[in-house]
Amino acid sequence: MTQSRHPSESWVLSRVGALLKAIPAFAGMTLLALTLAMPLAAQDSMPPAPYAYRQLDDPAQEAAAQELMETLRCLKCQSQSIADSDAPMAGDMRHQVRIRIAAGEDPEAVRGWLMQRYGDYVSYKPEVSATTWPLFAIPVLLVLLAGGILLSRFRRRG
Amino acid sequence: MSWRLWVPLFVFALFLGLAAYQLTQPKDEFIESRMVGEELPYFDLPPATDGVEGVSNATFADGKPRLLNIWASWCLPCIAEAPHLESLKQQGVEIVGVAIRDRPEDVARFLAQHGNPYSRIGRDDLSEVQLAIGSSGVPETFVIDGKGAIRYQHIGDIRAEDVPVLLEKLAEAGE
Repeated sequence: MTQSRHPSESWVLSRVGALLKAIPAFAGMTLLALTLAMPLAAQDSMPPAPYAYRQLDDPAQEAAAQELMETLRCLKCQSQSIADSDAPMAGDMRHQVRIRIAAGEDPEAVRGWLMQRYGDYVSYKPEVSATTWPLFAIPVLLVLLAGGILLSRFRRRG
Repeated sequence: MSWRLWVPLFVFALFLGLAAYQLTQPKDEFIESRMVGEELPYFDLPPATDGVEGVSNATFADGKPRLLNIWASWCLPCIAEAPHLESLKQQGVEIVGVAIRDRPEDVARFLAQHGNPYSRIGRDDLSEVQLAIGSSGVPETFVIDGKGAIRYQHIGDIRAEDVPVLLEKLAEAGE
């Protein structure tokens, strides 16, 4: 009688077995649900724009485009440049930048074209202007102030 | 004890207060188009699917104010705004659509499922029109006057309370 088990024990084992058998079915259903949900995901399935990931043939133009793309802000992802972002819209913006540079446009003209549409937001290049000058002035003032205080203290003690 | 000892603590409290105040302010993530008030730039888009007409900037230059709806079949809020676009259409508004990075079969499926409030739908595979008019996402809706100038921008999906606002802006654009 060593093989017979307590009835409740065999019940538990049969439940565990059923549960184990159910796992692949459950996983399958989850996968199916995910697949069905795919077309609803808020991202398109189109291939990237021709020049989203392809470099320009002329190395000088590509360098100019790259430099510009690093100082343009992704509209979908605030803290990334369009050079760093894989968002489809950033790809479309890189395409615009590359074809405009390839057509001989000046990089600053391309930046101007985008700023005309999206304002300062789209530019990632630090610039001293009527609204941003305190950002540059305050640290300088603080360093001068700290230096002044230190100097006066050293003089007093020395 | 000198009063000056309290100055750093006071400055720190001021900083803390400012940070706490900013935390309670709602976050504004909308990037407004600077093209409001400007003319639509030149564009010419092919139809987004079979049985619809394409869109160009010339579409808007016949004297009648219209809505320009930037949308996509892969965009969830676009499903939410579909009934409100339908209600605008019922009230006599002409809505011109531009489908962003979309496949013709997906556009057709979306229209079959959620209705077609559009008089024309252009196909913008490279977000060119979107970038040209300063739109930064889907859905966005622009009020265009009869001369083809952008008069108003609505960012995000159109909700029931936005319908009267858009009707008013269209009426203003028609004056």
